[in-house]
Amino acid sequence: MGPSVPTDRELVERINTGESELLGELISRYEDRVYNLALRMMGNREDAEDVLQDTFLNVIRSLDRFQGRSSFSTWLYRVAANAALTRLRKQSKQAKSEDEFLDDVYSVKRAAQAGLKLPDWSANPVRELLNDEAMEQMNRAIESMPEIYRAVFVLRDVEELPTAEVAEIMDLSEAAVKSRLHRARLYLRNNLSDYFSERGAA
Amino acid sequence: MDCNEIFESLSEFIDEELSKKTCREIESHMADCRNCRVVVNTLRKTVTLYHSMPRERLSGPARLRLHKVIEIADSGDTGE
Ligand SMILES: [Zn+2]
Repeated sequence: MGPSVPTDRELVERINTGESELLGELISRYEDRVYNLALRMMGNREDAEDVLQDTFLNVIRSLDRFQGRSSFSTWLYRVAANAALTRLRKQSKQAKSEDEFLDDVYSVKRAAQAGLKLPDWSANPVRELLNDEAMEQMNRAIESMPEIYRAVFVLRDVEELPTAEVAEIMDLSEAAVKSRLHRARLYLRNNLSDYFSERGAA
Repeated sequence: MDCNEIFESLSEFIDEELSKKTCREIESHMADCRNCRVVVNTLRKTVTLYHSMPRERLSGPARLRLHKVIEIADSGDTGE
């Protein structure tokens, strides 16, 4: 029997006290998760790989300041989310303005108030809805949201982290996480509703 | 409760974060309001679809590049 697998915290401690050859192991534990987060936030592999590198370069620069107040994974997600946001802000791509976004979010409310019959595509099984084209649409929809909504949505509904952890990662109150998540979901719902209606799934 | 009042709580409703009392109020509104029912059902389905998207793994070459970059940066950082 070999020695038991060290915890993240033990690994960090050993790296910080000179065993830098263990960095590779720490990275291996998290590279896929960070990559997936970056991919959903950036929308393409190339940018996602850049964010992944930025993240771990920042990690080695600041690992000795990791206090262990939060778990290592929370701390790492924070570094990764910031790396992605920094790159997104530099790109200033075609994401919507907050006003345009909110206008889209509440369009469903206006439609309902106007007495329109909202299309219902919810009875279709996931395996029928989720083809390659639909997934492409879903990814493009994430990318068209303002950065902060994108980050909260990806952490909560793609990475499936609890609200409290997302609040810690993003430096937001839990109430702010919930309200941003709700708006992001409504926006994405509207987007998918249009898409599935056109495809005749509703 | 009317459509407007429940609209802002629908994510908490599908995440089961509301009190039993509020849940019952939303459910009884939904029973009589088709549009709210559709919003709840399609909102829930939207979240399910995103949960169901397959996760992508890092490619082998990208993995190697990452480890190489970190190795170089780390040996540079410590100055040894
Ligand atoms: Zn209603």
